[in-house]
Amino acid sequence: MEAINKFFGSIGHSVLAMLNHLRRMKTMTAETFYWTLVAPLKGKGLKWDNTVEQMVNIGFNSLPIVATIAFFVGLIISMQSAYQLKQFGASIYVADLVLVSLIRELSPLLTAIIVTGRNGSAITAEIGTMKVSEEIDALRTMGLNPIKFLIVPRTLAMLIMLPCLTILADMIGIIGGYLIAVSTLDITSTRYINQTIQALVFKDFFSGLLKSVFFALIIAIVGCYQGFIVEGGAEEVGKATTRSVVISIFLIIASDVFFTALFYSTF
Amino acid sequence: MAEPIVQVKNLVVTYGNRVVLDGVNLDIYPGEILAILGRSGCGKSTLLRHMLGLAKPTAGQILIKGKDITSLSEEEKTELFKKIGMLFQSAALFNSMTIADNVALPLREHTKLEESTIQIMVKMKLELVGLSGFENFKPAQLSGGMKKRAGLARALAMDPEILFCDEPSAGLDPVVAAGLDNLIRKLQTAFKMTIVVVTHEMDSVFAIADRIAMMHDGKILVVGTKEEIKRSPDPIVQQFLNRQPDEEEMDREQYLNTITGAS
Repeated sequence: MEAINKFFGSIGHSVLAMLNHLRRMKTMTAETFYWTLVAPLKGKGLKWDNTVEQMVNIGFNSLPIVATIAFFVGLIISMQSAYQLKQFGASIYVADLVLVSLIRELSPLLTAIIVTGRNGSAITAEIGTMKVSEEIDALRTMGLNPIKFLIVPRTLAMLIMLPCLTILADMIGIIGGYLIAVSTLDITSTRYINQTIQALVFKDFFSGLLKSVFFALIIAIVGCYQGFIVEGGAEEVGKATTRSVVISIFLIIASDVFFTALFYSTF
Repeated sequence: MAEPIVQVKNLVVTYGNRVVLDGVNLDIYPGEILAILGRSGCGKSTLLRHMLGLAKPTAGQILIKGKDITSLSEEEKTELFKKIGMLFQSAALFNSMTIADNVALPLREHTKLEESTIQIMVKMKLELVGLSGFENFKPAQLSGGMKKRAGLARALAMDPEILFCDEPSAGLDPVVAAGLDNLIRKLQTAFKMTIVVVTHEMDSVFAIADRIAMMHDGKILVVGTKEEIKRSPDPIVQQFLNRQPDEEEMDREQYLNTITGAS
């Protein structure tokens, strides 16, 4: 009997704790939107210099790794699909496959995961360290709102830069696919390019971009929230950073299921 | 005596079932240095956090300049806290900014002063705490004592009326600690600032405080001048002043039960 009590008790505790986290995250998100969209209109300003700094960090500094991985993924899809399609004499459709799989799914997803690892973790570690060393309290006592100073610049930078990186990954991935197709299959350069342009559908591009905006929000909010709830010392910062990455990647993939169902479900 | 500038009325703070502050009443008068003294875990840091509006109390009021900070809106609080400075135990400097930028931050955010004026004010504040020439250093490049002084310069940036200090001399060597005490004393005489110091260092307290509030187990035991505190008959106060350890009351049976987990 006691074991059953304990079992359900622990489930109840976890559920309540999770609801509490969700509630606090909702409040934080709402305040972030207030300080991003409403407060600047009331003349309370936006921290542009901090935002630009974060944009360089998230966007520009992620370029090499995002570009390289997108290129490799382009090569891989091209090789895989060529191997299959050649058996049916349909090699030309490699162009369609590369394009569609990249812009619909792979570039938004992979870019988001790379940026989570690179910047989501950095956001949590940075804010967590500030929390532990009383810097957040210092901001508050100076009458400076931590949401405006720390969360809004990071969220805004993420919302702007992740879609940009995704578009870049689209293009570089396509180039990767093109190189394989032109060099190993009997397809001329012009034919491949024409085929790619024909296969390009606005809906695919748009749904990929919309997803990346949503993923950006997940990375920024989860990253900041996990940083803000750190209590204690360096060890807690490390744990929070891990948690931030795991939760972000989970939510990114889970929401991707939702978006795919929204745009492409056949039922 | 004048009206108190800070009034804590019946402040109760609980975390779950644990009572951290149990009905604290405290009046702080303009221009005085009040030291809040107590052992670790007595609730003095919690009291400070609440006086700074960093946490919401379970019950009670905190009036600063007649305004109850527990019920102020964020904007009113921001306005009120522009004239309040805080020196954190770890100095809490922003590690990504230079010392000058740290001190300049509140000026840049809260005033419309020109950058050249701000630069001059930053230099003045750093000069005041004896750190001129360190403008372009990052906090990580400074020693503990210098960090504290830089933190003090930042706390003074907006010319506060009230300055709160959390353990100003903790972790510093005696010479540097004495220097910081002098500096705090100087601020009070030169600028008629109200200063609240939270600490457990007796030497520092007797060097700077006008009045002392002694805390124990979430309550304020006694408030008074140094002499009044020294004369206090309260055994806990005397134990603290004479640096006596807690008496070992546990008998052998009890000890055995504690370590074996039997109750």
